[in-house]
Amino acid sequence: MELLEQLTFLERGIIAGLLIGFTAPLIGAFLLVRRMTIISEGLSHVTLTGITAGVLMIQTAAWLEWVNPLYTGLLFSLLGSLAIEKLRQVYKHFSELAVPIILSGGVGVSAVMISIAATSYTEWYNYLFGSIVTVSLNDLFFSLGVGAAALLILGLFYKELLSLSFDSEFAAASGIPARRLNFIFSLLIALVISMSIMIVGILLVGALITLPVAAAVLFAKSFRQVMILGILFGEAAVIGGIISSYYLNVATGGMIVLTGVILLAGAVLVRRLMDIFSSSRKEESTA
Amino acid sequence: MSQKEVLRLEGIDFDYGSQQVLEDIHLHVEAGSFLGLVGPNGSGKSTMMKLILGLMKPDRGEVSLFGTPVQSFKDWSRIGYVSQKANSFNSGFPATVFEVVSMGLYGKIGLFRFITKKHRQKVREAVAQVGMSDYLNRSIGQLSGGQQQRVFIARALVSEPDLLILDEPTVGVDAQSVQNFYQLLKSLNQDNGITLILVTHDIGAMTDYVTDVACLNKCLHFHGGRQEFEDNQDTMMQRMYGTDVHVLDHNHDHDHHHHHHDHDDIKELQR
Repeated sequence: MELLEQLTFLERGIIAGLLIGFTAPLIGAFLLVRRMTIISEGLSHVTLTGITAGVLMIQTAAWLEWVNPLYTGLLFSLLGSLAIEKLRQVYKHFSELAVPIILSGGVGVSAVMISIAATSYTEWYNYLFGSIVTVSLNDLFFSLGVGAAALLILGLFYKELLSLSFDSEFAAASGIPARRLNFIFSLLIALVISMSIMIVGILLVGALITLPVAAAVLFAKSFRQVMILGILFGEAAVIGGIISSYYLNVATGGMIVLTGVILLAGAVLVRRLMDIFSSSRKEESTA
Repeated sequence: MSQKEVLRLEGIDFDYGSQQVLEDIHLHVEAGSFLGLVGPNGSGKSTMMKLILGLMKPDRGEVSLFGTPVQSFKDWSRIGYVSQKANSFNSGFPATVFEVVSMGLYGKIGLFRFITKKHRQKVREAVAQVGMSDYLNRSIGQLSGGQQQRVFIARALVSEPDLLILDEPTVGVDAQSVQNFYQLLKSLNQDNGITLILVTHDIGAMTDYVTDVACLNKCLHFHGGRQEFEDNQDTMMQRMYGTDVHVLDHNHDHDHHHHHHDHDDIKELQR
């Protein structure tokens, strides 16, 4: 505790960043194989709705001052993920409709509430794009708590979630409670998104969930490798982003994502070269 | 109810909205049998399997597994399932043969428990049983259709089931692999004593291996031993498909006539 209190703002940001770099790709790996990575975009925007609701609550009523917008963000994100699940069932044949519906609805409500709340431009900017220098001690605790909860849930239900993601019908037939686990998975996504907001912001959180696993899946032979490589790419993006933003004096969240994009581009290139090399070797051996 | 009864369907009705899919189905499956369930596309075969597995509820009637009504049945590891969809799964899924087969144990291991050394050994044994040991660490997407299907059998076998249900397992598998595949099923049935239900529209290839046949097209048109089925095949087909169809045997020298029909289902039968 005391140790955490002595940390500088930058150190707090780095700890939170490393935690996100570890957790986001784990969730991303499951979203990837479920072909649901887009859901992270939808939920991050709903989180913004929750955050604006929290900010508005603090402003309008003195007895609500204790509200932390991150908590309301988490709550909305969870509600949003449940709504998406429901909508996917309503539109069985157009299940991809669910995310844009929730996303646009969430942004619309946020826009209205932002116009009501008289908050500074900077605060909104921080929520949208993240800000490593404004990570308060409370924010860090929130991040550590939520991150630990997410990792615990993932560890406990790993095998069930994997089976369900690979083949939901088989999973259900083998006695795995599919519905309850889908709910747990929704909760997991909501947790990871809400803990990532401070560092990378709402608009960029999807990138940390998607980019590392997009690079990892190019090389992975197993699901375990997707997760391990994803974590490596994720941490590399976070560390590279923080260092470069410090020296270049630019936005950290943006630099983290940019580093992730560069790593992904490099991964695609390396994969191509490996394929070309191995196919030319095959030709030689057959010639 | 006999001790040896594995599955019982009693007066099952099922419809999707206005469309009646299954009507008054009665079916008993005894332990140790190898039942081939045949019927044209859209005859309700897959729906029936989903009802048996408790994935859907019948509108009327009762399904029992090992003497227990399906809604209160808990011991799902006694039933192995190889779905039709296994053929069209996301082939880019980054999972090794080992990982895929392990998934067959997850339901049995249960929540809040982890995979142990003993489980890993079981996985390796199941993979060996289907002759895929050399591919243990290969990515599932890199395998051929026939090899993938073997892996899915191993996934169903690893929990050591008493009943194995296969829903159109040979779709998209080449002819030679299909023969080997049926041979594998036959040995699972005869040597390991596993009760098998094989759902297929490929009647010709199946009859060499099964012990019993059931014909489904909304209603159950026939259920009996293989010999009885073969003796009455032509009338059976006529009743089920509503046309004069003759089934072509793949490698028997039965003296069946080869007729040509334009009906789609019949084409499939003559594959």
